[in-house]
Amino acid sequence: MVLTVNGKTTTLEDVEPVPIPALLERLNVADPLYVTVELNGEFVDRNAHEITSVADGDTVEFLYFMGGGER
Amino acid sequence: MLQIPRPIYEQMVTHAREGLPLEICGILGGKGEAVVEIRKMTNTDSSSQHFMMEPREQFAVVKDFRSRGLEILAVYHSHPATPARPSEEDIRLARTPNISYVIISLADSLLPDVRSFKIADGRVSPEELKIFV
Repeated sequence: MVLTVNGKTTTLEDVEPVPIPALLERLNVADPLYVTVELNGEFVDRNAHEITSVADGDTVEFLYFMGGGER
Repeated sequence: MLQIPRPIYEQMVTHAREGLPLEICGILGGKGEAVVEIRKMTNTDSSSQHFMMEPREQFAVVKDFRSRGLEILAVYHSHPATPARPSEEDIRLARTPNISYVIISLADSLLPDVRSFKIADGRVSPEELKIFV
């Protein structure tokens, strides 16, 4: 399948839809537990990553949570 | 080195002051080492000791920057009452590669202390911060 990932065309060998955790693994994303995902312009709640899959033609954005604190 | 134009530097410090007693956060965008844009972000924690950026706002900024050939150069946040150095929480959550982490300390309310760091794999390196006119 062919995806657009963070603005770049990305080809996966998969034909069937791929769940988000597996997609992040295929993309060799470090620290996937700290990643937040948008699929086709819609924010994907973290609790829904396991049950949400990407398919051919989808547009995926992912980024790391940005947080911290003085204590 | 991170280079910030003085007007953006002052907006960042003003943002920190206006946010008191809460921590504030934002993103600095630009090219190379030179910041050209500041985006104030929502701290979803609304806390004086923690911040977490609203992820939907993050996506919007990333896509807007990309469409204009800009990159996220730095994330900034305030420490209302502690020094301008990364806390354990800052280090733990510094996952975005190749960006700078700017901290604005208001521990001395008359003299804000602004410092920049690179953080990778749990290691912190101070970074030169150049403020230019």
